Amino acid sequence: MSVMDVAKEVLLEAQAVAKHFGGVKALRDVSLTIRKGEIYGLIGPNGAGKTTFFNCMTGLYIPDGGGFVFDGAPLKANAPHQAAERGIARTFQNIRLFGNMSALDNVMVGCHVRTRKGVFGAVLRDRSTREEEAAIRRRAEELLHYVGVEDRAEDLAKNLSYGDQRRLEIARALATDPKLLCLDEPAAGMNGTETEELRVLIEGIRDDGITILLIEHDVKLVMGLCDRVAVLDYGALIIEDVPAVVQHDPRVIEAYIGVAA
Amino acid sequence: MNPLLGSLPMRKTLLGVLAAAALLILPFVAALGGQAWVRIVDFAILYVFLALGLNIVVGFAGLLDLGYIAFYAVGAYLWALLASPHFGIHLPFWVILPLGAIVACFFGVILGAPTLKLRGDYLAIVTLGFGEIVRIFMNNLNAPINITNGPQGINMIDPVAIGGFKFSAPSTIFGITFSGPQKYYYLLLLLVLAVILVNYRLQHSRIGRAWQAIREDEIAAKAIGINTRNMKLLAFAMGASFGGIAGGIFAAMQGFVSPESFSLIESVMILAMVVLGGMGHIPGVILGAVLLTILPELLRYAVVPVQKALFGEVLADPESLRMLIFGLALVLVMRFKPAGLWPSPDRRRELAEKAR
Repeated sequence: MSVMDVAKEVLLEAQAVAKHFGGVKALRDVSLTIRKGEIYGLIGPNGAGKTTFFNCMTGLYIPDGGGFVFDGAPLKANAPHQAAERGIARTFQNIRLFGNMSALDNVMVGCHVRTRKGVFGAVLRDRSTREEEAAIRRRAEELLHYVGVEDRAEDLAKNLSYGDQRRLEIARALATDPKLLCLDEPAAGMNGTETEELRVLIEGIRDDGITILLIEHDVKLVMGLCDRVAVLDYGALIIEDVPAVVQHDPRVIEAYIGVAA
Repeated sequence: MNPLLGSLPMRKTLLGVLAAAALLILPFVAALGGQAWVRIVDFAILYVFLALGLNIVVGFAGLLDLGYIAFYAVGAYLWALLASPHFGIHLPFWVILPLGAIVACFFGVILGAPTLKLRGDYLAIVTLGFGEIVRIFMNNLNAPINITNGPQGINMIDPVAIGGFKFSAPSTIFGITFSGPQKYYYLLLLLVLAVILVNYRLQHSRIGRAWQAIREDEIAAKAIGINTRNMKLLAFAMGASFGGIAGGIFAAMQGFVSPESFSLIESVMILAMVVLGGMGHIPGVILGAVLLTILPELLRYAVVPVQKALFGEVLADPESLRMLIFGLALVLVMRFKPAGLWPSPDRRRELAEKAR
């Protein structure tokens, strides 16, 4: 298989995903395709359905229609831990770390899905359990270093600064060894320098071979970073294309700024 | 530094040796106050056992379980049925004890399964109901087929025995005479040390971290791939098996079980031990269990003489006054040490920050 074929290979396909809350149609038959190795942006005004789409994909919500095909096989609805097992990791818009656990423990618990030792291993502490535990610790330390919060390893997660918490959450997601990393507004509340650092981090993750789905409000960041962008408005997909095309599409401008008088 | 005490690791070893020696001679010290006190010490250890079992459910996984005593009851009744004249079965302890753990574990899973979607108060209410259901079953399973002998309970239960060596009767070893409760003390001490080891190792393992993650944020725990259903069931099952073992020992020690021993107040007491000592912190839970067993007994002995000394007569009923003082102590501890008497360092930090 040539490099070009790999680049075009589909990782995730959303097929007419629909979700409604009572009378509110949060997602109207959204279909989109994420290819391996790309940074895919999902943007749209507030309430457009971006996070709902995320939650359907990662199994927190059950879609009312449609479904997802991930890495060649359908994703089971309503099974978040299985989504992680299949290789989908996510961060949350409002950071959801394990606040009273140390930064290191947060990442170590992220390795849970890729490790196996159970109660008997824990109680007997046989050699293979000790080895697994050491490997988990090494991996977690590596990841803390990778996102740049290794100095805070022993601090409780909730005592980290806002930017560090965002980075720690990414490290925890990476600990699950994902094929697809979904970031829900990672730049929210960050200043210019922090956003720039985040951009470098995201590009680094992509270069390591992990596909990235990015929900973001910061249009500049999305347009500069993403290979392709999809725009949601009122729960419907209005365009999916490269940033240069999306940026100048009249429907996108209308969705963001409103119709010219 | 005091040259007699040596370096820090030396001092730690010394402390360990002293603590071990203290634990070894404790039943003989307690015997100075009569065999009743040895029995109280035995119960303190039994409650440490129970509290550590409940600590897995409440402290580690964060599931508020108010029906824990049900598993203690299951273990106790299992021993009573399999080692008493009631059915004429007399199985040895090394068969019943593991069986008790397995059966209680099974009950833990079937009672835990329907509660998986519940959290906090709701979980507490449902588990409370389950605890009562088990007790009421024990109370009524004497007809049409007499299984539990109803409210009369089951009598003449076999003591723990290894070969001909019975734990109920005194015996002389190396010229030292050990009474029944003293022998049980050493058995319980051995078991409780095993439970402490299991608790400690579980807490600092992949499983322990997953439990902590569920306690902190269940949705985030799911999102990183923790099978929260299985992990919660595992916590229920582990806690229940410890309850089952403790129940078996209880039945053997008492020689008698009845549904009365497994009322709601017992569940509440064990939970109070966990919370008062310091949820999730093993030394704290042990302290909580010891204090809450010994303190009411001390009060039992102190209430009448103190009243006589102060007022010349007994004004208040000793039993109700004892509970009053006990309740007051609980309120005061929760007011001034909300994280428990001996909380884990993390939890202490957490509450200090909240106060700021």
